[in-house]
Amino acid sequence: MLVYERKRNTLLVRLNGELDHSASMRVRAELDGLITEGGIRRLVFDLRDLRFMDSSGIGLIIGRYKMMKRRGGSVAICGSNARIDRIFDMAGVYQLVERKAEGGQRDAVHQ
Amino acid sequence: MPYINEMRLDFTAQPQNEAFARLAVSGFLLPLDPTMEELADIKTAVSEAVTNAIVHGYGGRPGIVRLAAGYAADGTFTVEIIDRGRGIEDVQRAMQPFFTTSADDERSGMGFTVMQSFMDEVDVRSAAGRGTVVRLVKHMRARETDAVPRRA
Ligand SMILES: Nc1ncnc2c1ncn2[C@@H]1O[C@H](COP(=O)(O)OP(=O)(O)O)[C@@H](O)[C@H]1O
Ligand SMILES: [Mg+2]
Repeated sequence: MLVYERKRNTLLVRLNGELDHSASMRVRAELDGLITEGGIRRLVFDLRDLRFMDSSGIGLIIGRYKMMKRRGGSVAICGSNARIDRIFDMAGVYQLVERKAEGGQRDAVHQ
Repeated sequence: MPYINEMRLDFTAQPQNEAFARLAVSGFLLPLDPTMEELADIKTAVSEAVTNAIVHGYGGRPGIVRLAAGYAADGTFTVEIIDRGRGIEDVQRAMQPFFTTSADDERSGMGFTVMQSFMDEVDVRSAAGRGTVVRLVKHMRARETDAVPRRA
């Protein structure tokens, strides 16, 4: 469900498969451990390998945004497709979370 | 317009069946030769309603979720997601964007909004303590429906 890479206090998380309610519970549990243990201040989601997402994705992103904000950090998203963006836009996700251009993976990690 | 093909599926209210419900609906739609877009719209809406039945309707208690679907010769596809869970007291309020009764569970309150934006009709009938029926309709670009034998 997720592959991650950590560079200092940045965590790049590449989600794959189908992000529904069931998957989001598993991703959340794994991510929160990584964020806390790694002293993470910047969290970047790469969604290019996501095959499906419903509103559970909104909950996951907003939840992590709140968590990172409490820690004085930030969240960004890259690799989202038009369908995912449409769902995020319904909830105003991109008013809280930065949307990085396609191919922003390397920059994101080194920021 | 009468259905030319129908299906019914009962499964237990467990999160791992959310993916199964999406797959089952996709498989049922194959003879209609849906576009990727139509298929994704329907899968997303069904996923929302099935998740709601599991998370809100039964809330972790054992129960059965029923999927009942059919399509007509003109490409009108209808699916009902039925639970016998706790029901919704105020359906209009529940359907408002961002309204959720389980925010601490990281629900966004956007499930009904997503269903409404991806389907042509969303109709909710519910009674507190009795359960909920969510009816989703999509008018598909009907193709190859001739290949599907009409019922006598
Ligand atoms: N099948 C159901 N049974 C009981 N309550 C439901 C059902 N479906 C939806 N609801 C209620 O409607 C609210 C809004 O649903 P929804 O828009 O999908 O948002 P979310 O699932 O994120 O809370 C839920 O929080 C819940 O209170
Ligand atoms: Mg929901």
